[in-house]
Amino acid sequence: MSTAGAPARRRTFWPGRAGHLFVAAYVVLLIAFGVVPTVYAVYFAFTDAGDRFTGLSNFFDAASDFRYLSAIGHVALYLLFWLLSLVVFVVGLALLLHRLRSRTAGTALRFLYYIPGALAGAASVMVWLFMLDPSVSPVSFLLRAFGFDTFGQVVAPGNLPVLFTMIAFWTGAGGWIVVMYGALNNISPDLLEAARIDGAGAWQTARRIQIPLLRKWIVYMVILAFAGGTQLFVEPQLLSQASVGVAGRDYSLNQLSYDFAFQNNNVNTAAAISVELLVIGVVVAGIFVTRSGFFDAD
Amino acid sequence: MPTDLHTPPRLAERTRTSRPGPSRRRRGRRLPNPLSALVLVLFLVFFVLPVLWLLLAATKTDDQLVHGNPLSFGSWGALGDNWTALISFGDNAIFAWLGNSALYSFVALAITLCVAIPAGYALAMTEFRGRRTLLVATLVVMLMPNATLVVPLFLEVNAVHLIGSMWSIILPYSFYPFGVYLTYIYFSTALPRDLIDAAKLDGCTQFGVFRRIALPLATPVVALVGFFSFVANWTNYFLPYVLLPESDQFPVQVGLGTLLNAVPQFNPTVGTAAVQRPELALATLLAITPVLVVFLFSQRFLVTGMLAGATKE
Repeated sequence: MSTAGAPARRRTFWPGRAGHLFVAAYVVLLIAFGVVPTVYAVYFAFTDAGDRFTGLSNFFDAASDFRYLSAIGHVALYLLFWLLSLVVFVVGLALLLHRLRSRTAGTALRFLYYIPGALAGAASVMVWLFMLDPSVSPVSFLLRAFGFDTFGQVVAPGNLPVLFTMIAFWTGAGGWIVVMYGALNNISPDLLEAARIDGAGAWQTARRIQIPLLRKWIVYMVILAFAGGTQLFVEPQLLSQASVGVAGRDYSLNQLSYDFAFQNNNVNTAAAISVELLVIGVVVAGIFVTRSGFFDAD
Repeated sequence: MPTDLHTPPRLAERTRTSRPGPSRRRRGRRLPNPLSALVLVLFLVFFVLPVLWLLLAATKTDDQLVHGNPLSFGSWGALGDNWTALISFGDNAIFAWLGNSALYSFVALAITLCVAIPAGYALAMTEFRGRRTLLVATLVVMLMPNATLVVPLFLEVNAVHLIGSMWSIILPYSFYPFGVYLTYIYFSTALPRDLIDAAKLDGCTQFGVFRRIALPLATPVVALVGFFSFVANWTNYFLPYVLLPESDQFPVQVGLGTLLNAVPQFNPTVGTAAVQRPELALATLLAITPVLVVFLFSQRFLVTGMLAGATKE
């Protein structure tokens, strides 16, 4: 840094030198852990174990696996529940919190809703294993009311999309509620006041003013939740450990990719599935960044 | 789910200005309507009850867990027994896991700060070739779920024979585009251009400006990036699960899975080294404590703003 008092001659010789040096370390990490793994996965996806180019055959192998379509179905169904619950409840709760007259109560509720975020990852699954086991659950009366007497019945395959949605919502919704609440606060109070004077009730105000103005935040949430949801792994993985095989080891696409790589020693097919997930991630993120105007990239 | 960590926190607290006037404040008024109060309370129960239950479960014996009132306190004695049983599992394995988590999270956090703060500053305040490309790449990678690259990362790390090294975890954690983005937004909104121009006029170089002006002003964004990076690192499961072969290298998140495998009620094939359910609850509590503590300390900024940045106003 002390050499920074460089003569102007050198600065013209290398314009933007300071900027380049500032970002150098970050660019190294970006290449090493963003670009290289991507290139590597693509390379593996289009070659075989003997490094021969194989075209799309790894993708056909993956797609013709008997678990592939059902994994896509599982993830799709989960995404449907997860995104619906997120949009309806997060927006709804943020609107209700915003109408609360008591600031203290509002702040406390937002914080308490946010707390389960601390249990993201494996910890949330541990907690929900207990919540869903009628023998120890504090809401066993509810589980029994739905006709579930054993843990095995609760985690029956048909229930899994709903259960994963509950876990994901439990850990993730609080953060989004805080974000939506903040966005609601950014709406001019004059606008709401004007609506009130014009005779709009809470419902009308929400539907005609607040929700339209929240739209880009809702889209942001849905995009991120969609991309994250396609990556479902830890919940089904731990649940399959705990459920004595009721929930399979190959429930989601990421699990399938993991299984190909580590159970079948078939990294090429695993890479093919990874590339598919990667394409979804890049495309969704790319479209959002370039088209939404959400990020003012300059 | 990593999604919540992507939510850009808002830098300036603006909530206060847009609250309804003082006349509409509290004063013993009832809620807008009982139905919305009911909904808020029901969700409160949904979010808080499991946490509360977890806290209490660690103080019980397995028998109390099954037969006692779910929301009763067990006893300090049972808590002590659970503690003793838990730390005897795998010869203090829980401490090794917690230590690993701390090591991975903090080293990665330190590297993240050293890398992301200058990078975000440069993107916001300097001109260089490739700046826009780098910014767009950062945004795209930031929006991608971090699980996307796990299996490809495994292939890469395997190729360079780093499987089992702690750097195979720490370095990928250190790559944190969201931190770069936060810093970028912070400097482009909070650092007046005039200040920079004045400093340059006085003969300060780019590095001088960064060291003497930007860094002293960067405390809030260092705290923010630190918060999100730490929480993301600590709660990551998939990457260490895939990359670390040995149990004594696991972070505590993966360790919880090992414990789960030893609970007879969830895995009937378990042999002698059985773990009782209250011990698993206690381990889960230990695993989340650091993040919970960070949450409590960050409470104010977590609930007041946390809306970013994404829109520069």
